Amino acid sequence: MDDILNALALFTNFVLLPAAVYGSQLALGALGVTLVYGILRFSNFAHGDTMAFGTMIAILFTWWLQAQGVSLGFLPTALLAIPVAVLVTVGFALLSDRWVYRYHRVKKAPAVVFLICSVGVMFLLNGIVRFVIGPGEQHFVDGERFIFTVAQFREFTGLERGIAFRTSQALTLVSALVIVVALFWFLERSRTGKSMRAYSDNENLALLSGINPERVVLITWVLAAALATVAGVLYGLDKGFRPFTYFQLLLPIFAAAIVGGLGSPLGAIAGGFIVAFSEVLVTYAYRQVLDYLGPEAWEPVGLMQLLSTDYKFAVSFVILVLVLLIRPTGLFGGKSV
Amino acid sequence: MSFLIAEHMTGGYGGSDILHDCTIAVEQGQIAVIVGPNGAGKSTAMKAIFGLLNLRHGQVRFNGEDIGALSPQQRVLKGMGFVPQTHNVFTSMSVEENLEMGAFIRRDDIRHSLEQVYALFPVLKEKRRQPAGQLSGGQRQQVAVGRALMTQPKLLMLDEPTAGVSPIVMDELFDRIIEVARSGIAILMVEQNARQALNIADKGYVLVQGSNRYTDSGAALLANPEVRRTFLGG
Amino acid sequence: MNAWLNRYIGAPTLFGLMGLALVLVGVLQSWSLALTIAIYCVIGAIMALGLNVQWGYAGLFNVGLMGFAALGGIAAVLVSMPPTPEAWQAGGSGIIASVLLSLATLAVALLVYQRMRRGRARMWAMVLILLGGYLITRQFFDPAVELIEAVNPAATGYLGGAGLPIMLSWVVGGFFAAGAAWLIGKITLGLRSDYLAIATLGIAEIILSVLRFEEWLTRGVNNVNGLPRPLPQEIDLQQTAWVQEWALRLGTTVPDLASITVKLGYLGLALGVLLLLFWLAQSAIHSPWGRMMRAIRDNETAAEAMGKDVTGRHLQVFVLGSAIIGVAGAMLVTIDGQFTPNAYNPLRFTFLIWVMVIVGGSGNNLGAILGGFLIWFFWVQAEPIGLWFMDVVTGTLPAESWLRAHLLEGAAHIRLMVMGMILLLVLRFRPHGLIPERSERPHSLRR
Repeated sequence: MDDILNALALFTNFVLLPAAVYGSQLALGALGVTLVYGILRFSNFAHGDTMAFGTMIAILFTWWLQAQGVSLGFLPTALLAIPVAVLVTVGFALLSDRWVYRYHRVKKAPAVVFLICSVGVMFLLNGIVRFVIGPGEQHFVDGERFIFTVAQFREFTGLERGIAFRTSQALTLVSALVIVVALFWFLERSRTGKSMRAYSDNENLALLSGINPERVVLITWVLAAALATVAGVLYGLDKGFRPFTYFQLLLPIFAAAIVGGLGSPLGAIAGGFIVAFSEVLVTYAYRQVLDYLGPEAWEPVGLMQLLSTDYKFAVSFVILVLVLLIRPTGLFGGKSV
Repeated sequence: MSFLIAEHMTGGYGGSDILHDCTIAVEQGQIAVIVGPNGAGKSTAMKAIFGLLNLRHGQVRFNGEDIGALSPQQRVLKGMGFVPQTHNVFTSMSVEENLEMGAFIRRDDIRHSLEQVYALFPVLKEKRRQPAGQLSGGQRQQVAVGRALMTQPKLLMLDEPTAGVSPIVMDELFDRIIEVARSGIAILMVEQNARQALNIADKGYVLVQGSNRYTDSGAALLANPEVRRTFLGG
Repeated sequence: MNAWLNRYIGAPTLFGLMGLALVLVGVLQSWSLALTIAIYCVIGAIMALGLNVQWGYAGLFNVGLMGFAALGGIAAVLVSMPPTPEAWQAGGSGIIASVLLSLATLAVALLVYQRMRRGRARMWAMVLILLGGYLITRQFFDPAVELIEAVNPAATGYLGGAGLPIMLSWVVGGFFAAGAAWLIGKITLGLRSDYLAIATLGIAEIILSVLRFEEWLTRGVNNVNGLPRPLPQEIDLQQTAWVQEWALRLGTTVPDLASITVKLGYLGLALGVLLLLFWLAQSAIHSPWGRMMRAIRDNETAAEAMGKDVTGRHLQVFVLGSAIIGVAGAMLVTIDGQFTPNAYNPLRFTFLIWVMVIVGGSGNNLGAILGGFLIWFFWVQAEPIGLWFMDVVTGTLPAESWLRAHLLEGAAHIRLMVMGMILLLVLRFRPHGLIPERSERPHSLRR
């Protein structure tokens, strides 16, 4: 019995919990991407760097707050910085729409042009973030690191193996839940939210119904920028901030959005968890878990790892290609190819 | 002066003209039907009245007002409802949400209108939580018409409402349209099923190559041997 | 303004301006530097050409260039470096066994796929075969890798190459890239542009991961230095009599002249390749094959209705374009003299080359080449110019000011911002690029 519990503890600590947290982060990122795709109808390659930008603003503001002696007790001060960061990022997003995307929208340019534009915006953001805060790692986390540590867990349960629950993990899970519920309430219950779904569903009919396109576009950018900022800050609190990491997240985020079905918010969330769990499950070294669960005599050779963690991104990619080949509209039937 | 009068319409989608000096008029509570062979410009005429394309010549007067300069959305606000031929529902949204979207421009309480639409199309009330995309063709048309009715229009324009629909459903649809007209709303309809449409029409316009060929009451057109020979199969 | 640009500034003028810029660098900074920049400009132009073949001829949105260039680079390593006998003895058989086992697994899987009927049973059979084959292969693979990497890890720790002349890798690199492109294209070419973009991005990441982490093959992040040089080294040239004589006559130093001579040699090689590839590409597009490609590009549905195998043609173009990129990748590593997996940064590579193609003239080979020159030149020079600019701007600040230090440090990143601005401005004001296609419409950037 103890063996099973130990194995479960290991599995929870190294697979279930991190995958759930990572899945929440991906889900938030994928939501932003899928909203932009569903309403503005293009893949926004600048989304990763938008996350970096938002996180950067949050970090700068956090440093300022910390210098002023402001703190949030056991929670990270960065939480206070999030509203400011969201405001600034939304401002940037609206400017980019006004100066870059709107022109092509009016001209009814094909989707590829928007994609290439988003590459330009990506370059811009990349440069800005590195210029302002530098390309290296930045530390901004404070507050209590653990809600309970492995040692505390072991003491409490008497097991050999323990589970650690970090503050950043709890924050991510709670925030993601709150945001998702709020977003769904907005989309399903509010008049504006429904008008956005209508616009995404059938643009011409939406216009005929008197829905104001500019307003829909505005709200889309606001939501996307806000989601990107929050996702970026949560990720930064959890795994540290380095500008390049956010660019790399582009692949799993898009994989998540596509797996769930581009344009479908529910799909983005499901996709986020599917991608996250796959990545973690495939690259976890099962040796210790098997040690507890397997028969006494059997000694696992090596780490018992399907794929080395270096190939994390390969997992997202393979999932992506499989979905595109088998079911291009994704799990929840978003906009098809 | 007619409630809606679009006279001497000449124009098209860009280069060449499709409509040549075409005139359509409808009265309140009246059902006017536009029929004609393929490519005659029936849908084009309706779209021109709604403002979906620019006219080189001619004017459109609605309820005494010249609305030529107004965009389609503005015309909706003036009381024109338009039901496109295809893609006329929000497939991913429920029936009730579709109707809500129809009433988007209205700021008042829409529950009364909702009940009216449900009274007109009882099957919609049954399926109101279902996504519109899951309904049959005929039911979808009902949603489409219901959506347009939610704007409380004074003129309802329908572009080939019975396209791709079975004959029984077509009859039912036409019955509903008559009911709507009886409530005082003017109806303008483009139809491919000329015979059945003219049957319920107060006024019929036969268009050929973008201009009026025959204009008379529905019954008269049905009785007209020329019309019968060329468009109604004798 | 566009009309004026078109009329008065044609391709020759733009190329002339480019040449002038390089000359200016030579005069103001150094000839050695100018030549180095020119060499990399040419390589960039070749990559842009390869991309343009895919984008301009077939509208394929390939964001995985980096992967193909890296494959070309590793070809340079695998072709020219000497083999490591001890490594082969230790783990060679294990590796060969793994390769054979993998092929066997794939063959069995393919057979099962074809023989069995569609359905759940077949799906489960496939999964079991692939998984089982993978696990068995790993049993042979892992120990072999460990043994190989243990052989003198500081200097080798990998299997080594074939010890052949390095210029051969320019062709081999093309084949590596072409092979990978064929595989990838077979799987992903049915997809629409933004999906293809993401898929190719993912593939580049995977290729890079393999090159970074499979140290037994590539030395991974330890890098491979000291690749054999196709041309004589500068140090050797400095000893020769004629270099010393000419240095006196021209009034330059011996090292300088040696360096310039070597660089001229490389430039000549690179230009030769560029001209050859350009000539091939232009001939292709004016041939019946090229006309068919353009017909498909301009109206895919009509072409398909006429029975043209659109996906097959796209595959051809994808393979050819990738081959060109592979060649350029091999050239790059050859001239660098080293293979550094971490240097393949998607921004510096893939997206920069896209900017080259868009700015130069999307769909137009000459435009792509010009774009290659321009953007690369700008990318390199932006750093010193940025630094100089920052110097001027911060000149008023005290020397120890944190702001001043920060701004100077950040000067390098300004070029990212400027690159983004250039792309956006071109897309808005001159979407056809600097040299628009004349008789042929550029692929749907404008409606």
